[in-house]
Amino acid sequence: MATESPVPTPVPTPVGAVATPEHTSRWKRLPVVHQLRTSVGLQRGMLVAGLVLCVVFLVVALLAPVLAPYGWAQLRADGELFGAHIEPNADHLLGTTVAGYDVLSRVVWGARTALYTIVIGVAASIVIGVVLGLVSGYFGGWLDRVLVVVSDAIYAFPSLLLAILAAIVISGGQSSMWGGVIATAVSITVVFIPQYFRVVRAEVVRVKGEAFVESARVVGSGHVRIMTRHVLRNAVRTLPLIVTLNACEAVLTLAGLGFLGFGIEPTAAGDWGYDLHKALADVTSGIWWTAIPPGVAIVLTALGVTLVGESLNDLADPRLRTRRRKALVAGEVGQTVAVPGGVLAAGPEGVGGLDALEGPPPDVVPEPEDGPDEEKDR
Amino acid sequence: MSTPVVDIRDLRITFDTDAGPVEAVRGVSLQVAPGEVLAVVGESGSGKTVTARTILGLLPRTARTQGAVLLSGRGGGEARDVTTASPAELRRLRGQDAAMVFQEPSSVLNPVYPVGWQIAEGLRSHTRMSRAAARERAVDVLRRVGIPDPEHRVDHYPHQFSGGQKQRIVIAQALVLNPGLVIADEPTTALDVTVQAEILDLLRILPREFGAAIVLITHNMGVVADLADRVAVMYDGEIVEQADARTLFTSPQHPYTRRLLDSVPRVGGPSLRARPEPTRTSHPADAGAAAEAAGAVAGAVVRARALEVTYPGRLRRPGFRAVDGVDLHIGAGEVLGLVGESGSGKTTIGRAIAGLTHVTGGSLEVLGVEMNGVRERRFRPVRKRIGFVFQDPATSFNPLLTIAQCVAEPLVVHGVATSPQAARGRVDKLLEAVQLPRAFGDRFPHELSGGQRQRASLARALALDPELLIADEPTSALDVSVQARVLDLFARLQAELGFACLFISHDLAVVDLLADRIAVLHRGSLVEEGTGAQVLGDPQHPYTQRLLASLPVPDPVEQAERRARWQELRTP
Repeated sequence: MATESPVPTPVPTPVGAVATPEHTSRWKRLPVVHQLRTSVGLQRGMLVAGLVLCVVFLVVALLAPVLAPYGWAQLRADGELFGAHIEPNADHLLGTTVAGYDVLSRVVWGARTALYTIVIGVAASIVIGVVLGLVSGYFGGWLDRVLVVVSDAIYAFPSLLLAILAAIVISGGQSSMWGGVIATAVSITVVFIPQYFRVVRAEVVRVKGEAFVESARVVGSGHVRIMTRHVLRNAVRTLPLIVTLNACEAVLTLAGLGFLGFGIEPTAAGDWGYDLHKALADVTSGIWWTAIPPGVAIVLTALGVTLVGESLNDLADPRLRTRRRKALVAGEVGQTVAVPGGVLAAGPEGVGGLDALEGPPPDVVPEPEDGPDEEKDR
Repeated sequence: MSTPVVDIRDLRITFDTDAGPVEAVRGVSLQVAPGEVLAVVGESGSGKTVTARTILGLLPRTARTQGAVLLSGRGGGEARDVTTASPAELRRLRGQDAAMVFQEPSSVLNPVYPVGWQIAEGLRSHTRMSRAAARERAVDVLRRVGIPDPEHRVDHYPHQFSGGQKQRIVIAQALVLNPGLVIADEPTTALDVTVQAEILDLLRILPREFGAAIVLITHNMGVVADLADRVAVMYDGEIVEQADARTLFTSPQHPYTRRLLDSVPRVGGPSLRARPEPTRTSHPADAGAAAEAAGAVAGAVVRARALEVTYPGRLRRPGFRAVDGVDLHIGAGEVLGLVGESGSGKTTIGRAIAGLTHVTGGSLEVLGVEMNGVRERRFRPVRKRIGFVFQDPATSFNPLLTIAQCVAEPLVVHGVATSPQAARGRVDKLLEAVQLPRAFGDRFPHELSGGQRQRASLARALALDPELLIADEPTSALDVSVQARVLDLFARLQAELGFACLFISHDLAVVDLLADRIAVLHRGSLVEEGTGAQVLGDPQHPYTQRLLASLPVPDPVEQAERRARWQELRTP
């Protein structure tokens, strides 16, 4: 380096473009919203379909008192019994069950029970799993080894068996609503902690070796600060995927419990699994309206959540993500990219889009030389 | 001129990215004659790799190509356009008409198959050939690329070879079908300089021995000077200059080429710093004694005596001794350049000084604290007097914090400021000191280029005004022109702030620019120490001599002389 390069002052000339760092607003960078904005084609279709199903489920669950024509345990209106096995009609859009409950109302209220289960189960397993994974991955040593062995052992547990056990212990044979919900949530939590634990631990072990964590150590940061500020936030990116799996499993386990007869008494809350269980005999006698609605509700909820998870998974991986193709316009395209750091639109999540920002000084066009090199920014 | 092996006409390549289409190559035309070595040089992002990969049709799905790439087979016949070839046709072309040598030999070879099998795989997929015949061909080609005892070693697995040998095997793999063209994508970047020199020797005989033309992609002008017949300089997706090697190096036409050549550091070139008088001898033993004496007097910030660092081995195997009895010291305000190849222990020494690696033997005193057996609690107050600049600017920042928050981190941790917001004034000053606009503080690390990030990294290291700065290969991940600026800034800041510095690098020329003294490490021990003029001007230890001779210089004429000297040194 005999002479300085022709750039006279070290401050690069195109500073004007730099003065206003336009970061996309925070909500656009939220996990699902960001993916929705970047997706195209079939992947977008899957994500949108999943989101619609999930939103419908949420709305139904939250607005159950408004939407349901009757209560979940209501047998009579205006002092008059509904009657058992009434075919769908104007009063009972989906008919009544063998016990004389309104099917539509029970399906609507059942969404609420499912939501409780999902929220409690997911929240509990996330908190415990992430904390254990973080501590275990960061400190390592004997604690790490013990936790890994325990989590491997839990993998061998069938979740439904565990749920039955929990149901018996918690409710002591009396199946109340919270008894059923918490029994399911507990079993879901126990089964899913290892999954969160493993994923977070693996990410923490990886992030721990990154130069920025070492740099925090060199600076003299304490362990707690490094764990919370530097490691944790970089280790939880893949969690939305597991959350969806977890939620799906919660719905299915609750339904399974109810179907096996360990569910929630009809007087306590709406429960899709219980309704299916009671509708078993109806199917053979040609009564379709008692079995199909709760079954469809279970399927659609599980499907919606899975679709969201599946497409998030695809979108998170630059190799699977399809990108918008534009007609090739020679010349002009290059100009647009030549803006220094011009690809600011991509948020921290837009892993694949960011490699374009690697490297070159402000006056050189950024270019993904080595293809989608996602590791660089992870 | 006979028909070119490959003829690229007005090639344009566009990538679809999340941020819209990016034009990587715009209107490149190139021809490679049979048996010619064409070097394509340029910095990262210039489109050189993409251009070369197009010849083999090795682009990702997101790429779209315009223009023509005509590839002729060795047997003559019609040249085929690769951009429109069907997958089956491409498969036939690959390996037979053109083959590729990749950058990182250890990741290109499949670790679970013997190397002979991997070489034969290419043969058997193109020609009907018995197992025994393919093996024979593999042995033959291994011998020709200089693997000793090929009959025996053909059954060995990749991990049983050294890095240089692995690259030879990769080259053998490319040559086994006798292609007319070999594309070498940064074939020596991952290798140490002494190994690089050997691989360059091998590549040089390819046109003569195998009659293959070479497209050499590299950013290293020394390698170009050593090997190339003709050079194409790429910048921003276009070829800005094309000339034969001697003309290009003696009279570069395009301003970018001139700038590129100017920013290549050279051993013995003008230093960036005013050097003090040379006071020390170059004999290691004397240097150690002198170091001790000087350290006692000047109050050295770092003093190592018989320093040993051993990494524990697995399953009762002995550990690996990375640093073995090193004596060195760094005086206050002094820049010590630590040079060595990969595995020489230079990074380990830097990490030991920063308290990132435990010292297992001898003594290491850092700012008055003995590091052998030190407790973190005792060392923490010392940490704020040490700055550290990491090798890879891409990973040394927390991707979720803004630059300002990252730079403020040391201030917050040591209680100088209560929060990153409160430290903003100081952060702005620091950013200014490293010549970054203040507004960059609000950006996220990925929104900065490599050089900008490395300057921000320097700002963070200097935040607490340290007495000692450890810079671990701070410029090896940067392009050469960016490196020039970072080094210049580094020298200026050192003169202003007067911190002592351990500058770790594998590049003798870079160290020569900055260091007061240079220490050369080889396999964990210090083989030579002295001022730049002493170590590089008149090296005493044979290893230093070899290291120096194997470093290619960006001048074809001078490089030819150096090559002769290198071969002399290697033979005895």
